[in-house]
Amino acid sequence: MELLLDSLFNGVAIGSVLLVAALGLAIVFGLMGVINLAHGELMMLGAYTTYVTQLIFKLPILKPFYNSYIIVSIFLAFIVSGVVGILLEKTIIRKLYGSPLETLLATWGVSLILQQFVRSVPLAYGTGLVISLLIGLFLPTSFPSKIKESINFKYFKFSSWLFAALTGVLTGSIISSSVSKLSRASARNVDVTAPSWMRGQVEIIGTAFPKTRLMIIVITLISVIAITLFLNQSAWGMRIRAVTQNRQMSDCLGISTEKVDIITFGIGSGLAGVAGVAVSLLGSVGPNVGGNYIVGCFMVVVLGGVGNLLGTVLASFGIGIMTDLIGAGRLLSIWPDMPLPLSNTINFFATTSMARVMIFALIVIFLQFKPTGLFPQKGRMVEN
Amino acid sequence: MRISRRILAGLATASLAVTATSCGGGGTSGSFDDTVTVGILHSLSGTMAISESTLVDTEKMAIEEINAAGGVTVGGKSYKIEYIVEDGASDWPTFAEKSKKLIDQDGVPVVFGGWTSASRKAMLPVYESKDAFLYYPIQYEAQECSNNIFYTGATPNQQSEPATDFMYKRSPAAGGDFFLVGSDYVFPRTSNTITKAQVKQLGGKVVGEDYLPLGNTEVAPIISKIKKALPDGGIIINTLNGDQNVAFFKQIQDAGITPSSGYYVMNYSIAEEEISTIGPEFLEGHYGAWNYMMSIDTPASKKFAASFKKRWGADRVVADPQESAYNMVYLWKQAVEDAGTFDDNAVREALVGQKFDAPQGPVEVMPNHHLSQTVRIGEINAEGGFTILEETGVVLPQAWNQKHPSSKGFACDWTDPSKGEKYKL
Repeated sequence: MELLLDSLFNGVAIGSVLLVAALGLAIVFGLMGVINLAHGELMMLGAYTTYVTQLIFKLPILKPFYNSYIIVSIFLAFIVSGVVGILLEKTIIRKLYGSPLETLLATWGVSLILQQFVRSVPLAYGTGLVISLLIGLFLPTSFPSKIKESINFKYFKFSSWLFAALTGVLTGSIISSSVSKLSRASARNVDVTAPSWMRGQVEIIGTAFPKTRLMIIVITLISVIAITLFLNQSAWGMRIRAVTQNRQMSDCLGISTEKVDIITFGIGSGLAGVAGVAVSLLGSVGPNVGGNYIVGCFMVVVLGGVGNLLGTVLASFGIGIMTDLIGAGRLLSIWPDMPLPLSNTINFFATTSMARVMIFALIVIFLQFKPTGLFPQKGRMVEN
Repeated sequence: MRISRRILAGLATASLAVTATSCGGGGTSGSFDDTVTVGILHSLSGTMAISESTLVDTEKMAIEEINAAGGVTVGGKSYKIEYIVEDGASDWPTFAEKSKKLIDQDGVPVVFGGWTSASRKAMLPVYESKDAFLYYPIQYEAQECSNNIFYTGATPNQQSEPATDFMYKRSPAAGGDFFLVGSDYVFPRTSNTITKAQVKQLGGKVVGEDYLPLGNTEVAPIISKIKKALPDGGIIINTLNGDQNVAFFKQIQDAGITPSSGYYVMNYSIAEEEISTIGPEFLEGHYGAWNYMMSIDTPASKKFAASFKKRWGADRVVADPQESAYNMVYLWKQAVEDAGTFDDNAVREALVGQKFDAPQGPVEVMPNHHLSQTVRIGEINAEGGFTILEETGVVLPQAWNQKHPSSKGFACDWTDPSKGEKYKL
């Protein structure tokens, strides 16, 4: 019983890391059909946001709230990655809809740029830049419509970008002068330390579970529930689904597909940021952190069936449980006196490397029989 | 059109300026009779850049020190050392390509370079076919002995063997069972083969081993295996690489695998630099084995650390790979001066037997092109350094490990033409 519980927990823990990482991609790739190779780097930005938040919360004024920095960083990471994602959509991806190869190349290029960016720009100024983008992108949209329609709106827009740039430089310099660790560029990996209440273990029904793993499961659950509610209950969610199913028709019916694209991509990227917070709790934060997860993300989305959230959820937990079952050689402990050739085979695959090989092989075999994944989209689809 | 051309011209000048500053080396001009240009080849971009750039910094410092003390004196003439830095870009074929460039195009008499075994294996055929000379500064798995490479890092018998001995006989977990964890590539697998043979000799038991594919940070299955194999604590030998250590230590601490519950980890790839990245709070109470540790309390060691901090910043640390890199520059200088020429073959002959008062203590070049070194076992403390627990005397290097089944009974000697790369003892 305890063994089963332990195994199930491990599987769910591994799966939830995959799920939280793949969730944003499931939306961007699944719903919009954009192959975003910079998804991992958006995660990386989320992880760096956690690191910056942690350092800022060590400042004397915020020190009393230090224990809650991780909660704050979840929201900040969502915003930071979301804003960068929106910029990416507005400048690059928008021009490439319907040409997957070019998108793939362009986003790969973006991923390299983002990696080099965190290596060679001091994080304080990186933060300033993100704040500038945030203000510059959103300030013009918040003006009353009377101004927006006026002929001089471009001047308003220009001056708000100017204001944004100034604020960015200012916050950048303030952060860089108050937190010395952020004032210099460094390619070195950095470390996010979970606050003390999140370290160690908690005992549930006689089995000890690591708290960070539980926290990741909670973050994942909340993200999945929030995104499901958003897609199925809100007006924008309905529009997103409508555009996914039939872009031209939705356009005819007066849905601004341009806005829908921005929102969908922004949310998908924001979720990547949240995933970044989760993975920063497990390992170190470095420019390459996202690259470690990107293959897994695509694997999960393809296995789950493109455009289906339930499929993504089941696929990630499926892969998680299989990884634990094979990698830790669980079958041997469940059935200790199995015949020798069988136990030898299981032992052979009971290493992390071989388990990975096995999982990939199983997925390939599975996709031979169901090429469109667990839950293929049904019905008459109008492809653009 | 005019503007774009102007921008292009500007860009070209800017990039020229960058190349000029990044490639031109050496300190201020003094009264030298001539200059000699050496090659430095490490990764300045890509995954390995973080580690390898510290070596470039150290090598530059050593060269500047030598120049400040009058340069290299060969045949009564004083030479100022200049250097060309090439970027291996964490890509192994690039290391081979840049080696060719340094040897053929720049005509350097020596190249200081490499970190990963993969990069060394890629460079080896280049140096052998051109009969050039590479100085390689990293502790590695040995099982190699080239006439064209000089290895200043530790061989397994200068690091892992004394460490395993310590863990089994004198650590708090003495007599316990072993679990081996490593990244999935040549160094951990070779090192663990040696450890397994040694544990068997000592009468201990290895109850499990697992390898994490490079880039993978999911250690949950390994943790359940450790808990199953060592339910009441024991010895864990860790040969994980780089970032994977962070994931490993964060997660084992959360899973209750800590020194206070009887689990002691001996690390072969964690030096001062890595401790500060991972965070001492995750590593405190675990062990490391190196030839050089920053906490060595000798004037030579303190001077080395102080000059490095003075040159590159007060928050920088020095660690074993850097010390090896520092030693090799000085050993090359001594050998060149003894040989009285920059010619490879003469320098190679003069190199064997060179002694140097290194920051770790005296080292000497052995006939198998490796160094005799001192081995230290340290416990990681809360300040992010090592508390040195044990120090061996000078340990001779074994290029062919005497515990590894494939190399038992073999040795290497380049001073005797009848022996060479691998001969039976």
